[in-house]
Amino acid sequence: MNSGEMISVSNVDKFYGSFQALTDINLTVEKGERVVICGPSGSGKSTLIRCFNGLEFHDSGSITVDGIEVEEGSKALKTLRQEVGMVFQQFNLFPHLTILENLTIGPIRVQKIQKAEAEERARKYLERVHIPEQADKFPAQLSGGQQQRVAIARSLCMETRIMLFDEPTSALDPEMINEVLDVMVELADTGITMVCVTHEMGFARKVADKMVFMEAGRILEISEPDKFFTNPDSPRCKLFLSQILEH
Amino acid sequence: MTTRPGTKRKSRLQFSKIVNSVPISLALYFTVILGIIWLAYSGAQAMGYNWQWYRIPQYFYTLTDDGFQWGEIMIGLVKTIQLSVTSFIFATLLGLLIALLRLSGLVVGGAIAIAFLEFVRNMPILVLLYLFYYVLGPVFSLDRYTASVLCLAVFHAALISEIFRAGINAVPKGQWEGATSIGMSKAQAYRYIILPQSIKFMLPPMTGEVVHLVKSSAIVSVIAVAELTTIGRNLISDTYMSFEIWFTIAAVYMVITLALSIGVSRLETKYAVRT
Ligand SMILES: Nc1ncnc2c1ncn2[C@@H]1O[C@H](COP(=O)(O)OP(=O)(O)O)[C@@H](O)[C@H]1O
Ligand SMILES: [Mg+2]
Repeated sequence: MNSGEMISVSNVDKFYGSFQALTDINLTVEKGERVVICGPSGSGKSTLIRCFNGLEFHDSGSITVDGIEVEEGSKALKTLRQEVGMVFQQFNLFPHLTILENLTIGPIRVQKIQKAEAEERARKYLERVHIPEQADKFPAQLSGGQQQRVAIARSLCMETRIMLFDEPTSALDPEMINEVLDVMVELADTGITMVCVTHEMGFARKVADKMVFMEAGRILEISEPDKFFTNPDSPRCKLFLSQILEH
Repeated sequence: MTTRPGTKRKSRLQFSKIVNSVPISLALYFTVILGIIWLAYSGAQAMGYNWQWYRIPQYFYTLTDDGFQWGEIMIGLVKTIQLSVTSFIFATLLGLLIALLRLSGLVVGGAIAIAFLEFVRNMPILVLLYLFYYVLGPVFSLDRYTASVLCLAVFHAALISEIFRAGINAVPKGQWEGATSIGMSKAQAYRYIILPQSIKFMLPPMTGEVVHLVKSSAIVSVIAVAELTTIGRNLISDTYMSFEIWFTIAAVYMVITLALSIGVSRLETKYAVRT
């Protein structure tokens, strides 16, 4: 593993109004590390990773991503977001643009690179997610699995150093889950830093360097996959795993 | 007991099906129109009204030894269109600004937008026109036409800003997140992602608003801007043909607004393809 911290979270609290969504979160992600976060619905997993690229902002404590302090209104947010890609449960592709345009709009408008170069890059990453032939279609014409792979390619086109995944396979029909997970495994092999919220434990076993278990806004367990799956310290974590591994 | 509601429902369904079928609706439509014309005609007969339709075409165009010339109604129509288009452009820009102010989350911006909306919403358009012409007119030396454009623009900007706001809010929140996650600023997200998608939500109410604007532009006849309605009034005071002229003016308004509706429904199909 490369050395150095990519994401560092210390003593973070986050409130929605009076509801506390995150309580005293501490976590570090090394450069090139693959971290998988799991936990029951509503435990704050999305909230936590959305704080990494400034889609949400924490209220106290500190979050540093690739040396940039994440803070509401900070000028560095734009730089930060170009360092951090995000893949959403609902894909969030732009339905009015073709697949190619979905991939090039960021590089062209945000990174200000030439259209031809952006398209070349887009085709390269479409190849990487195994759908080069869909470039001129619109998102609605693709299957869910294909759309999610486009979303991954869209993030890759920004050539970010960190990729966040928020339950990327939860909205997919079962037969499409593997095509997306396969792409994610391939991506993990490129050495990019990955933080994945997912309940796909087969995937987690295959790629994770570190497992995180959250419940009710707290991190209850951080451990190596071997320990995590066989003998976690937290009884809540053990219970959760037994429930999701049943089926 | 169990069959009754079912049969009732079925017969009602069939009834609405019959009424909505194209030939039946056309027949109903023309019956109503003919009814109105007959009522007007018989009313006019009862008054001993002297119909002089043959004198109307000259107000559209004349073809004499001097050559072809547009008539007064056509000149008024052009003025109405010019007034409507100019006002609509200003109303749209102002409406977009107001909508963005309201959505900005800025306290001052929101307050300004709401004050503007409440002011316009609670003001009869006629009073607004008098304000622009008799109060702001002398102060800023506005001519009738400019005062009219400003009045129509301000009045419709309030309505249009609501259309923009609803259209922007109708775009799913995930689109903002997608745009933000690839590093777009708020302005870029609006320009490349949100506004293009809100067009399909805004087109239908926007058409209604343009039609509304064309119709309410008739109000400026009270300060004698030479548009369609003013021309109609002038022609009547010259010729006393009130029935013929008002029917004609009404028909001309209908032609513009129907043409607009048809044109926009074409646009709608163009923007409605992908969801
Ligand atoms: N925008 C929001 N406003 C208010 N409450 C929210 C918001 N987003 C999430 N929450 C609440 O915060 C908690 C954690 O949500 P989330 O991070 O989405 O959980 P997870 O991703 O683990 O399912 C939930 O109770 C949820 O209802
Ligand atoms: Mg979630």
